[in-house]
Amino acid sequence: MKLMIKNGRVVDPFEKLDEKLDVLVENNLIKKIGKNINTKADQEYNASGKIVCPGLVDMHTHLREPGFESKEKISTGTKSAALGGFTSVICMANTDPVIDNQATVKLVHYIAENEGVVKVFPVAAITKQSLGEELTEFGDLYRVGVVGFSDDGHPVMNAEIMRRALEYALMFDVPIMDHCEDLDLSSQGMVNEGYYSTVRGLKGIPTISESIIVGRDLLLAKYTGGKIHLQHVTTKESVNQIRVAKKEGVNVTAEVTPHHISLTDKEIINYDTNYKINPPLRSEEDRKALLKGLKDNTIDVIATDHAPHTVFEKDQEFNHAPFGIIGLETAIPLIFMNLVEKKALGISQALEKVTKNPCRIMKIRKNGLREGEVADITVIDPELQLVYTKKMIVSKGMNSPFIGKKLKGFPTLTVVNGKIVMKDRRLL
Amino acid sequence: MSTRRLRSKHLLDIESLTKEEIELILDTAVPFKDLFTKSVKKVSFLRGKTIVNIFYEPSTRTRTSFEIAEKRLSADVVNITVSESSVKKGESLLDTIRTLQAMKADIMVMRHSCPGACHLLASRLNASFINAGDGPHAHPTQALLDIFTIREKLGRVKGINVALIGDITFSRVARSNIWGLKKLGANVRVIGPATLIPKDIEKMGVKVYHNLEKGLEGIDVINILRIQRERQQQMLFPTIREYNRLFGIDETTLRRTDVLVMHPGPMNRGIEISDYIADSPQAVICQQVTNGVAVRMAVLYLIAGEGDLNEIND
Repeated sequence: MKLMIKNGRVVDPFEKLDEKLDVLVENNLIKKIGKNINTKADQEYNASGKIVCPGLVDMHTHLREPGFESKEKISTGTKSAALGGFTSVICMANTDPVIDNQATVKLVHYIAENEGVVKVFPVAAITKQSLGEELTEFGDLYRVGVVGFSDDGHPVMNAEIMRRALEYALMFDVPIMDHCEDLDLSSQGMVNEGYYSTVRGLKGIPTISESIIVGRDLLLAKYTGGKIHLQHVTTKESVNQIRVAKKEGVNVTAEVTPHHISLTDKEIINYDTNYKINPPLRSEEDRKALLKGLKDNTIDVIATDHAPHTVFEKDQEFNHAPFGIIGLETAIPLIFMNLVEKKALGISQALEKVTKNPCRIMKIRKNGLREGEVADITVIDPELQLVYTKKMIVSKGMNSPFIGKKLKGFPTLTVVNGKIVMKDRRLL
Repeated sequence: MSTRRLRSKHLLDIESLTKEEIELILDTAVPFKDLFTKSVKKVSFLRGKTIVNIFYEPSTRTRTSFEIAEKRLSADVVNITVSESSVKKGESLLDTIRTLQAMKADIMVMRHSCPGACHLLASRLNASFINAGDGPHAHPTQALLDIFTIREKLGRVKGINVALIGDITFSRVARSNIWGLKKLGANVRVIGPATLIPKDIEKMGVKVYHNLEKGLEGIDVINILRIQRERQQQMLFPTIREYNRLFGIDETTLRRTDVLVMHPGPMNRGIEISDYIADSPQAVICQQVTNGVAVRMAVLYLIAGEGDLNEIND
């Protein structure tokens, strides 16, 4: 079985490639990359005018299974990933039961192998049931294949536990990933604290709620030498602190979401719960700081925080609706529209944040589109413009603030292990 | 005048009203207030309309005021009081209100602890919604009756200096008053502890004072907000005693007798307001309540009423 991806602009941040090349895939491997490859293939994909890159990796996905299958399943979540151009997702541990034991890790692997459309890499909780009290069995969990540890959805509020987690994880060289939020400072908050929370009477979450824990984590990582990954950072102060810490050699990486680089807190003015996200949408000043952080590589990764919920859960009073929006299917258009097209980042640097960097941090792949490597490939049409509709969505979640909006720059081909799973916006 | 209407069939907050709409409501309330002096205080503008007053938070004065307003307009009125605890086990807000709508209620007057609850319903359902208070966000009819009272007593709103005193962070009365007063050209200041003034409120065009004496300089109207004991438990101020000493209005802190004193009620006598001030001639607290019925009649009439206002004098 041979697949030829013809005439695309190959942008590969791993191999520092950016030129018009053909890519030949045979079975599950990349057979050859070069100009005008003259081999008869079983299938040929014309990538002329499109970007061919290593398969995208989402470092922050909520697949919800086991436990919350009404919101999402591994099957639907990975379909959503495939449609969004992702060939791998790192899934969070806030399922029910929490991914804090070997059996649940194995269950996720088993379902993903049988029903998954793309590759699934679970992280495990840092603490048992993510309660922030006792460490999980990092060693055993690592042995069955978790790629990192995170209590995402909750912070690790106790600094002593965070310190021990960072130290203990050093033995396995995996990252501790933290959802940075001081729960006392953000108690019951729903949106960014500022003018819009004030006029709409919604309880605010101050920027310091995040920045203080970011600062604490950086100090702990510096002290322990541990490997910390800061999830979905949103504030100017967070970015500034991470920048300084990196200069000092702290082993820190950080991610932002596509929505935090695209939207600000003014969107909450109509009480639309599809803008209720934690951490909340911040001010324009914060958003600009995130762009700057991406540009100077203070921020390593763009990750979706894909957080599906049912319609009835989101169709409630703003106070009662759960936090989160889906993001796998809109991530690439948002990156192209808000970063590449506006010249905040070049294509290669933008793609690095969804390919090479997450792979490096999670240690899931060393090389890009190199002959002999496993063929995980994504093709993006930067000119493809569509009105994003509910009908297009393949996630079980319909909770997207981008429904009805014109988006541009969609993936058109997703290849996992040499097999096409999405072609021309249709799942195969 | 009777042919003029509001642009929306809902009254969700003051920020979505224009200056002209606010003035229309205030002007329309005048003949309704005149009606109260008559032996038969009733007109038929809302005959055949069904109104449901649904209160998810306890309320005596607002609920009664709406009910009297509705009955004086000849509407058929149903009152529902729902406790928060029963809501938690029960159906969603949308489903509850959808059920009432299916019974063909024309107008729903709702109080709810969640900001934006009325907006959610108005965006999904067909009935007219009147917000009778949504958490700390808005209490539009309260602001309208406060402004009506100011206009009645002082003859104008433009250019006067109004202070809102107390817990601004959690006050829907404060927010709605700020919007309404600013739209009509008043100068608005807020006075309260630093912990009870929400972030960036200056961007709403108000001045912030943490010192009562300075805040009261040159003032024409003060609107004293109820202080909730709950806020002390949230560590937002140390003690009720100290709150009273720093922000309580009494005959020593308010020495000018020409300042109009308002309070949306219910009052905590001896905390935010002294007996002496509450019972003084400069306090118009009971007149606010009377005006509340007239203003609510005006709002209901403008949203769903039929017939000419001149019928009041027939």
